[in-house]
Amino acid sequence: MKRRSLLAVGFAAVLAFGAAAPAARAANDKVVIGVMNDMSSVYSYLGGMGSVAAAKMAVHDFGGKVLGKPIEVIYADHQNKPDVGAAIAQKWFDQDGVDAIVDLPTSSVAIAVQQVAKERGKVTLISNGGSSELTGKYCSPTGVHWTYDTYALAHVTGKAIVQQGGKSWFFITADYAFGHQLRDDTSAVVKAAGGQVLGSVNVPLNNADFSSFLLQAQQSKAQVIGLANAGGDTVNSIKQAAEFGIVKGGQRLAGLLVFIADVNALGLQTAQGLMLTEAYYWDQNAQTRAFAKRFEAAYDGKVPTSGQAGVYGAVMHYLKAMAAAKTEDGVKVVAEMRKLPINDFMTHNGKVRIDGRVIRDMYLFQVKSPQESKYPYDYYKQLAVIPGDQAFRPLSESECPLVTH
Amino acid sequence: MLGWLHIAVPPAPALFGQLLIGLINGAFYAMLSLGLAVIFGLLNIINFAHGAQYMLGAFCAYLVLNYLGIGYWPSLLIAPIVVGAFGMLLERFFIRWIYRLDHLYGLLLTFGMALIIQGVFRQYYGSAGQPYSIPDLLAGGQDLGFMFLPNYRAWVIAASSVCCFGTWFVIERTRLGAYLRAATENPTLVQAFGINVPRMVTLTYGFGVALAALAGVLAAPIYQVSPLMGSNLIIVVFAVVVIGGMGSILGAIVGGFALGIIEGLTKVFYPEASSTAIFVIMVVVLLVKPAGLFGRTV
Repeated sequence: MKRRSLLAVGFAAVLAFGAAAPAARAANDKVVIGVMNDMSSVYSYLGGMGSVAAAKMAVHDFGGKVLGKPIEVIYADHQNKPDVGAAIAQKWFDQDGVDAIVDLPTSSVAIAVQQVAKERGKVTLISNGGSSELTGKYCSPTGVHWTYDTYALAHVTGKAIVQQGGKSWFFITADYAFGHQLRDDTSAVVKAAGGQVLGSVNVPLNNADFSSFLLQAQQSKAQVIGLANAGGDTVNSIKQAAEFGIVKGGQRLAGLLVFIADVNALGLQTAQGLMLTEAYYWDQNAQTRAFAKRFEAAYDGKVPTSGQAGVYGAVMHYLKAMAAAKTEDGVKVVAEMRKLPINDFMTHNGKVRIDGRVIRDMYLFQVKSPQESKYPYDYYKQLAVIPGDQAFRPLSESECPLVTH
Repeated sequence: MLGWLHIAVPPAPALFGQLLIGLINGAFYAMLSLGLAVIFGLLNIINFAHGAQYMLGAFCAYLVLNYLGIGYWPSLLIAPIVVGAFGMLLERFFIRWIYRLDHLYGLLLTFGMALIIQGVFRQYYGSAGQPYSIPDLLAGGQDLGFMFLPNYRAWVIAASSVCCFGTWFVIERTRLGAYLRAATENPTLVQAFGINVPRMVTLTYGFGVALAALAGVLAAPIYQVSPLMGSNLIIVVFAVVVIGGMGSILGAIVGGFALGIIEGLTKVFYPEASSTAIFVIMVVVLLVKPAGLFGRTV
């Protein structure tokens, strides 16, 4: 019985911790792109298999071959755990011949994986990961931060709200690297614009009930409650804020990172009026709609998130740079990526800066009311276009060691 | 960084608000741990699928609303019946075979079921939440002076208290409850009195599952309806059951409410630890009273 019990426990452990998706055995006869993200938990809808589909679309559009070698896309679930992500990255680089890792939501994991890649001269193309430190303290000569970052979110959404008179803020902060960064970046914007930060509460990741924290925010009497969190945490806090009459009581919610799937989960009735910053919205113009249509056909009829759209753009630019540089060497390919301008359906005249930051326009949107929405996923109206050099952190403020001041 | 650290004692009215919120969360814990305690106490099965069954309850409400146009109130009845019936099928075809084996097998079987159920829903609906709104009748709230109490939360406390008391009463104070308890002690003897023990066991499991589904429907309007909504909660609820005493109905109810309040207070004084506090308490309770607060030592 004892031995059987032990076996059973072992089996349970395997079930609980899961196994990484199998990766290809590699010699250097192909170019391998590894999509690593959350495939099974809170952030899987932002990237997940959708990012794999986007990467494969880019490879297909590029022609399936670069430098005469076939391009392969593999994927794994990092379970939002930095140790899991770093271990997969090591195996991918050292044994499986992976050349670049793409997507990397959950900043703590992205930071860990970017470090592993940097040590080996391999490439990271971060789309869903958010912390601005990825191109700050933790920047890498082979790291490219593609879609958005906490600095841009803070600056675009934060500034717009302060300008409309939201001077005093209270933060509900997700208690990990991304949340802290988003809170600190936004606080800096608020203070620079003459506002003040009355308080902040750190909430463990994946918290279901926010009523206690909302009550603290209510009692702070701040004009604006800044939600420095993401995914399900943001949805639950907005939903419960409506329930607790926060907005009716005269306070304002600032969702600092809100994705289209979050708005869908909230329903327009609850989400209407919310301001948010995105790098891509499917219904902006003919090009964005065309991409969305192709993506929907490739991925279960789902609307692409900005993170998934970013994966497509990053992979495409990476492959173009590799073809131009005529080498797989990570440092050289990324150097080439910095030289080439970025032009695709979501980025116009974008560029990769020395610190790895992609400079592109960001968009300030407002969520439509149920009456304004005419067809499925008709959710946003565009309020402003913020040029990349205003949205992202200027190099003069960068802590990145690659930047020479 | 230190600038963010402000541990201050909130004024009394603020504290009342936090206590009340703790009580509301406790109501959820109590309902979920109650179902677990009933299943463990009477069937000796550690039902790891409880979180998934809670999720099924919420999804059932969401699905009948979107495909059949059936609203919240009928869902309170429909979801527990549908999900409870599904639970009974699981019991009849799978769980039944492992009653005589070590607890570990039940745990593994139900855990596996939970993963499968969650996986299927994740495949179809993704991990993003689905919208479900508060019924019109319960929209809005009351200003209590020290806090704004949403009507829906008041309803949650009321509904959960009624369920908890009702279950306790049936199991501890009625003839049916006496049969059930006797059947766990000595099934052969009870069967000899002409009572269909296997059917009773199936119904009991179905009832425990129905309680989870009901909690799921109650949760749908305030938490997001998502395939993973139960997977985090279930661990906390297990801790509640262990603290209350495995299989003790009263322990599950009292433990649920008490830990809701303690967790609520942690959210004010040391929010970073709010997801850990319950487990610290569990460790302390296990060291001091290994059978749990209300558990009978075997």
